[in-house]
Amino acid sequence: MLCKRIIPCLDIKDGRTVKGTNFVDLRDAGDPVELGALYAKEGADELVFLDITATVEKRKTLRELVNKISHHINIPFTVGGGISSVEDVSALLQNGADKISVNTAAFKNPALINELSKEFGSQCVVLAIDTRKEDDGEWYVYLNGGRVKTDIRCIDWAKQAVDLGAGEILLTSMNHDGTKAGFAIDITRELATTLPVPVIASGGGGTKEHFVEVFETGKADAALAASIFHFKEISIPELKGYLQERKIHIRPV
Amino acid sequence: MELAIVKYNAGNIQSVLYALERIGATAVVTDDHEQLRKADKVIFPGVGEASSAMRYLQQHGLDTVLKDLQQPVLGICLGMQLMCAYSEENNTPCLRIFEEKVKHFESVTTAEGPLKIPQIGWNNIWSLKTDLFKGVPENSFTYFVHGYYAALGEHTIATTTYGHSYSSALHRGNFYGVQFHPEKSAAVGETILGNFLKL
Repeated sequence: MLCKRIIPCLDIKDGRTVKGTNFVDLRDAGDPVELGALYAKEGADELVFLDITATVEKRKTLRELVNKISHHINIPFTVGGGISSVEDVSALLQNGADKISVNTAAFKNPALINELSKEFGSQCVVLAIDTRKEDDGEWYVYLNGGRVKTDIRCIDWAKQAVDLGAGEILLTSMNHDGTKAGFAIDITRELATTLPVPVIASGGGGTKEHFVEVFETGKADAALAASIFHFKEISIPELKGYLQERKIHIRPV
Repeated sequence: MELAIVKYNAGNIQSVLYALERIGATAVVTDDHEQLRKADKVIFPGVGEASSAMRYLQQHGLDTVLKDLQQPVLGICLGMQLMCAYSEENNTPCLRIFEEKVKHFESVTTAEGPLKIPQIGWNNIWSLKTDLFKGVPENSFTYFVHGYYAALGEHTIATTTYGHSYSSALHRGNFYGVQFHPEKSAAVGETILGNFLKL
């Protein structure tokens, strides 16, 4: 039986992990390769590297980093952040990335999803959506790292993107991100039970129980988190042990 | 030992090369017929689409070279599917090293909602046969990414269930194929790759 996945996310700037970590057993907590390898060893099912570098050097440094990651990490990983062309994706895959995630560029140019899935297959095209629930009770798509609101509903964009060839949805609730108050169960469930592709829930995971909830009630296929792992509030073996006790089907550590 | 990885128009070849490096093996990535024939072991990896991959193999004469190889050969994911008789993916006749047919996962509704296609993630493998799985416990988890599967048949040496049961590995003579990605399957995958190198 296919397992629910636990995915640590590493934010990268200029080739270094940002947001800080407090891993005492790493020589260098800012090295994304070393941190990623540690998570892989601890039982993470996949990794996501989001590049938030804003400089023109970005493309080159990201490719070099991806190459280094793929030499050292024995589980699948996704790379995202400012990817906007077939050429970008081709270079990242050639350097060993398993999947890439697109967000704003795909919203502005939906044909990009189609081009990417035709060229490389749906299985490597992850559509990342940042969404916020507004006062009218609807979830809307936000762009540019959550800075720009659109009038498009999350579910509508997700459906369109899947029709265009997106193979997976990485759903981040801006209402929940950083709160550690639990994942956005309603929108996760709506997407996960409607769409024919896997949904990765992101934003709000703060306790082990939150992960049970997002898998059981939210029907998420995978759950992504950053700071709770970076700050060792919950370790991956501890989380997976708890999920096993609660009869969630996971890959044992 | 000369280890060759088949170079063709499919993705994921670098990942296999790096995984081999991690277990201390070096390989050449080549489409040179002679180099493939004289290698001690050949790995045929790949992520991509069946008909364009088969067309490429035929155009480069690699289809005949692959079928006639005498040394241990390991197909991975699309590589394994191309070693089967036929793929429903754009109705493609394949290499017919294994008689099994490759079919598309049917969209069915489960208690959890629609069966997600492609299957992406970790699933268990059981009924493990041959030395390829030496030291690999039954029901070990490996990483899968695929929308098509090889049916169960006489060459099945590992079984997995997604919607229904299918071949997660095949074996015939010197040919082995795995549907999952050993190069991305953590320690279990490294054991399987290591076993292949010892065959």
